[in-house]
Amino acid sequence: MSDNSDNDEYGAYQALAEESDDQRWAFGTGFTDPLAGVDTRLPPGVDGAALAAYCLMLGDDALIYSHRLQQWVTRAPELEEETALANIALDLLGQARMLLARAGRADGSGRDEDQLAFFREAGEFRNVRLVERPDADFAELTGRLLVFSAWRLALLRALVVSKDPVLAAIAEKGVKELTYHRDYAARWVVRLGDGTDLSHAKMQAGLSAVWPLVEELFTPHPIEAALPGVAARVLALRGEVDSVLDTVLAAATLTRPDVVPLAGVAGRAGRDGVHTEALGYVLAEMQSVARAHPGATW
Amino acid sequence: MVGTERAPAGPALGIAAGVPDPELPMVTLADLGILREVREDGDTVTVVITPTYSGCPAMREIGRDLRRRLHQAGYRCVTVQTELAPAWSSDWITAEGRRKLAAAGIAPPNPATRRPPGGPVPLTLTAAPRPVTCPRCGSARTRETSPFSATACKALYRCEQCLEPFECVKEI
Repeated sequence: MSDNSDNDEYGAYQALAEESDDQRWAFGTGFTDPLAGVDTRLPPGVDGAALAAYCLMLGDDALIYSHRLQQWVTRAPELEEETALANIALDLLGQARMLLARAGRADGSGRDEDQLAFFREAGEFRNVRLVERPDADFAELTGRLLVFSAWRLALLRALVVSKDPVLAAIAEKGVKELTYHRDYAARWVVRLGDGTDLSHAKMQAGLSAVWPLVEELFTPHPIEAALPGVAARVLALRGEVDSVLDTVLAAATLTRPDVVPLAGVAGRAGRDGVHTEALGYVLAEMQSVARAHPGATW
Repeated sequence: MVGTERAPAGPALGIAAGVPDPELPMVTLADLGILREVREDGDTVTVVITPTYSGCPAMREIGRDLRRRLHQAGYRCVTVQTELAPAWSSDWITAEGRRKLAAAGIAPPNPATRRPPGGPVPLTLTAAPRPVTCPRCGSARTRETSPFSATACKALYRCEQCLEPFECVKEI
């Protein structure tokens, strides 16, 4: 603990170059089980298949949205925003890894995070459709990020007391991260909405593009009811999320879009694997390397 | 350090505690407060660590560094485990860790906001002016340029006095 800090600094970088039992071509490549050592036994009375489906829902939301945010890297208007979006995407990717790993343990299938992320078809993904659509511009990006992070923050906050201790622990970490994400998005929405005539118009248009997908966020799914005390009830989150969105929209001099919610198919939507065309494009890009080289590590 | 009082202190504890963080190599795992527990039994060691952020990409390197150093010290069986709860807080960075960060040009974090459990998380529409001192010139005239920086755990600041940009470990 009292080691000389200069030596430590040298040691850390030297360790990357020295001979070891494996080949490392770059820092931080390859992955380990994000839940190594975590007790993932099912709590009494909890249905494993239902818990796995629920973790996939929350994990897929984070995974797909993380990928969409990563697509902004090298395209953001300023370096600081690019760094911010990459950081937010990284937090969500970390949440997704733990949730997918939790799902693979809970259903007894033993599938790891990579199998779930890279070898499922679009119809097996359970994310809400909000996260799969590309953003037309930076205003739409901040609008979508505001809605998503306000909703997910409320959702994870409700899950901190989940009867599944693994889900509760993942949620507790996520709440801290989402607090930063939501503040970031809210400040941009205010800046653009309460900015010039042009930025105001673009921000309002961005919200209008995102809003048809808001209703789905608060649509209860049968899986919730199958997991009493484990899953959060999305209907109960609406007041908190609406209050946050109203506060931001008022400060931004924007109005809540009056739009028709995007319909599902016979009442089924993202949570049931019924997606928009956009998801296929995300998966084609995200899964291509893993499918071309199954089992490869680097 | 958090949680190490659970384990009897042996040589392995000192080795694990002294492993530098791969992304902030001026501080050790113990300085950062991410070392939860070190259990030692003969030539077997179990090290329990916790991630700072969910997506922290350094976790794998940390595990490798721990195994390598403990193997070199003669421990044959080394297991590195993750523990998620309670979630890491920047408040767990030790006084020694804060001193080392500042000496390396990274402002240490302010105390994290403690919220009563159960209530909604308040929205912050303007960046709250936090008392962050420039680690280079010591001026208190600093401003946040971005709440996100080169690693998940830091924000980007600029000193209005010496005009240098610098990083600050975020409160979480």
